Amino acid sequence: MILSLAIWMPIVFGLIILGSGSDTNKSYVRWMSLFAAVLSFVITLPLVTDFDTANAGLQFVENVPWVQRYDLAYFLGVDGISVWFVVLTSFITVIVVLAGWEVIQDRVSQYMAAFLILSGLMIGVFSALDGLLFYVFFEATLIPMYIIIGVWGGKNRIYAAFKFFLYTLLGSLLTLIAILYLYNATDTFNILEWHNAPLNFKEQFFIFLAFFVAFAVKVPMWPVHTWLPDAHVEAPTGGSIVLAAIMLKLGAYGFLRFSLPIAPDASLYLGPFIITLSLIAVIYVGLVALVQKDMKKLVAYSSIAHMGFVTLGFFIFNQMGIEGGIIQMISHGFISGAMFFSIGVLYDRMHTRQIADYGGVVNAMPRFAVFAVLFAMANCGLPATSGFIGEFMVILGAIDYDFTIGILSATALILGAAYSLWMTKRVFFGKIENDHVAELTDINSREFLILGILALLTIGMGVYPKPFTDIIHPAAVELLKHVAMSKI
Amino acid sequence: MQAIDLLQILPELILLLVICFILLVTPFFSEKESNDDDIFFTPKAAGFAYQVTILTLLVIAVMFASRAGDLPIRIMNGLYIIDPFSNVLKCVSSIAVMVTLIYSKQYLIDRQLFRTDYISLVLLALLGQFVMISGANMLTLYLGLELLALSTYTLTAMRPNYQRGIEAGMKYFILGALSSGFLLYGMSMIYGATGSLDLDDILRTTSNDAVMRLVLSFGLVFLLAGLAFKLGTAPFHMWVPDVYHGAPTSVTLLIGGAPKIAAFAITFRLLVGGLQLVDVDWQPILIFLAVCSLLVGNLTAIAQTNIKRMLAYSTISHMGFMLLGFLCVYDELAYSASFFYAVTYVLSTLGTFGLLMILSNKGFECETIEDLKGLNRRSPLLAFIMLLLMFSLAGIPPTVGFVAKLSVLDALVDAGYLGLAIFAVMASLVGAFYYLRVVKTMYFEEPTDTTEISGQGFAKGVLTINGLFILLAGIFPAYLTTLCLHAMRTSLQG
Repeated sequence: MILSLAIWMPIVFGLIILGSGSDTNKSYVRWMSLFAAVLSFVITLPLVTDFDTANAGLQFVENVPWVQRYDLAYFLGVDGISVWFVVLTSFITVIVVLAGWEVIQDRVSQYMAAFLILSGLMIGVFSALDGLLFYVFFEATLIPMYIIIGVWGGKNRIYAAFKFFLYTLLGSLLTLIAILYLYNATDTFNILEWHNAPLNFKEQFFIFLAFFVAFAVKVPMWPVHTWLPDAHVEAPTGGSIVLAAIMLKLGAYGFLRFSLPIAPDASLYLGPFIITLSLIAVIYVGLVALVQKDMKKLVAYSSIAHMGFVTLGFFIFNQMGIEGGIIQMISHGFISGAMFFSIGVLYDRMHTRQIADYGGVVNAMPRFAVFAVLFAMANCGLPATSGFIGEFMVILGAIDYDFTIGILSATALILGAAYSLWMTKRVFFGKIENDHVAELTDINSREFLILGILALLTIGMGVYPKPFTDIIHPAAVELLKHVAMSKI
Repeated sequence: MQAIDLLQILPELILLLVICFILLVTPFFSEKESNDDDIFFTPKAAGFAYQVTILTLLVIAVMFASRAGDLPIRIMNGLYIIDPFSNVLKCVSSIAVMVTLIYSKQYLIDRQLFRTDYISLVLLALLGQFVMISGANMLTLYLGLELLALSTYTLTAMRPNYQRGIEAGMKYFILGALSSGFLLYGMSMIYGATGSLDLDDILRTTSNDAVMRLVLSFGLVFLLAGLAFKLGTAPFHMWVPDVYHGAPTSVTLLIGGAPKIAAFAITFRLLVGGLQLVDVDWQPILIFLAVCSLLVGNLTAIAQTNIKRMLAYSTISHMGFMLLGFLCVYDELAYSASFFYAVTYVLSTLGTFGLLMILSNKGFECETIEDLKGLNRRSPLLAFIMLLLMFSLAGIPPTVGFVAKLSVLDALVDAGYLGLAIFAVMASLVGAFYYLRVVKTMYFEEPTDTTEISGQGFAKGVLTINGLFILLAGIFPAYLTTLCLHAMRTSLQG
């Protein structure tokens, strides 16, 4: 029941808020949205507190027939891999509602409703265990995001919205064919049965590729990442936060749920290929981030580099790598969310995202600078922040897999430090060159609250990651055992 | 003819009687002088006919729905077949015509088209569709087709002092007549080869080897060319955009809505009911038609600025998609997928054109994409409904259009047409672009005309139900898919 509530509660509230229509009663809409977001966050908490870490299988399972004609089921459940993402999604939704509190003055109800509905749909993606149900949620998330980017986005929003939608659709349509192929091969849409379905190498190869297209676009992996900088730059702050913190994870999660267990032999065979792409993402995209002039673009490229770490971790097929990848996904959710929110804070005051327009912000906004520097440090993987844990584990795993790959991936730490800290230096420190910067007001209590919570989580997870690893560990071990068994 | 036969075709009889009644009774109404300033002016006779029509269509739809489970029977010496398949389709097409009339009422009044002859022609077209859906003999099918076609030719050209409509009507008539010729020629060849016009007989004769394959194949080619004309699939699609564009929107909907169901039915009856055993001959042609339609429809639609033309090209691609289901011969799941596709396509189309009519008013035709600019500002509800309809046509979940695409694709993958399935989804990717563009225009742009969209409460209500149905049937498709499958199964067994 918890999962169903977690999915449908925000959607139903979203529809109610959508129904309240015009902009005449904005504060009602805001409080109502906050209530819905907090409520759905509270609903998802038992998923973690009641999670049985001794059980590597699925928990909180719900299974009712949906369309008998196709043997479709409304089949939900979470395991150690997905449970954190459900909680992360509902948590980020609260942040997003707060982040849009004063900034969004136009069509507030539609804005809030879009995010609430999106939140429910994304939780659906993480908890669906029926292949088609997964696909429905996966695709349906495109609609609210398309609207969010297109309506509340920046100057070039229409181009970005189209690129986002069509790019993602391209990948997922091929996945649909793969899903239908699996259905015809196994007569069921049950993902767990697909995991055990015997498939020869050729079938696995093509199924892997079809899934790969969709997930690689979503992650996004080099070279299909070009939609992300556009989408990020144009999206409103809330949209960027959700995009970076959760939507990118849908793709990486897909690798773990579909690609690896359904096509293990193809995954092993194509592993080096994916590792190469991931390393390119880590190093090349890291270098690209270094030269960005737009803060949002910089963080967008940094997201791609960080997600490269995640896919790298998955495809070195050892426990450190997979667990590190998942930890990195969660931590990136907090950090990138915070980074985009910080950029939003500056943008709301200055209406520019160009690094060159800033300088010496610390003089005008000392409290804000504390947080911003902290998150920049976390972004480059400073120990005692959550960013460190995931990257460290992945690098350990990579060294275990192949020393050269380990070394190459470790350069990311240097690059990450370079672009994050250089940006921080140029934006926050130095002399005030721009008169507008001197007039900046420091963050208000709402912004302080958001940044404070995120900072606590980032540091908390960095200092004491055990609750996360405890839950992830059994599922990761189980997954590796499964991947090790050949299907041929 | 036995009395029992008459009872079986009671809904059709009621419809015929109502048409006669409307034509006979309404001339006796005394009309007030029309006054241009009075926007609520409704011709009395037409108003009466309209109410009678809506009521009749509702009753007929209910009657068909209640017969949806009956076993198949053939009446009138095998000319006419009543089976669950036809009952479901007829139910949907009566509802489609009823909804069309509701949407178009104000539109018709504004354009001096709200007349009894208009309404009775609409009903005659519907009667033609019924005959098409239930035809078990090539002659009956042809008769129904012509009744439908002649009524729609007239309707297209009916708007007074409207040159584009007359031009479209001419085009439609000439090309339609040509295609009817093809169809008849094909039928006569098939008759020559098999010695019968009855579809069951044809099926039986084609199973023995003595039949003249050459003549049969030639007949088949002509038959398919005629059918492709009527369905509007490429490369026989030239009339579709011009007629969709030229006809008054209400007539566009009458052509692009309910008749697509009848077109599906006639394709099914002819290809599956009569010529299933020579599928090696018609399959390649069908693949060609489907691939062409998907390509031409989707690629050309991108370039359109007129939304009616865009929807015309989108129809072409949708008809192509629907034909894909016929490729999986002897597969009732595949046929029922096409069936489902046709039904849901019609429901989505109804809403889109309905919206265009609601947005049009006296002296203003809402027909370019630009006219939808900023609709979200002017009416969030209508914009949201249109959003659902567009995503349904694009096949994005959780709308019903996705389920329809899914079932056809599933049938294709099942039958081993992986390449075609991939081609079809790539075509829908292209298609998604122009549907998204409509959503973009409504949501991302500011309106040039900020007047509120007032009036027509009833039509708006129906449109809302229509839109929500598209969403709900996408989330809970179980009932509709089962219904289609069941109807298809019982009909094939009978």
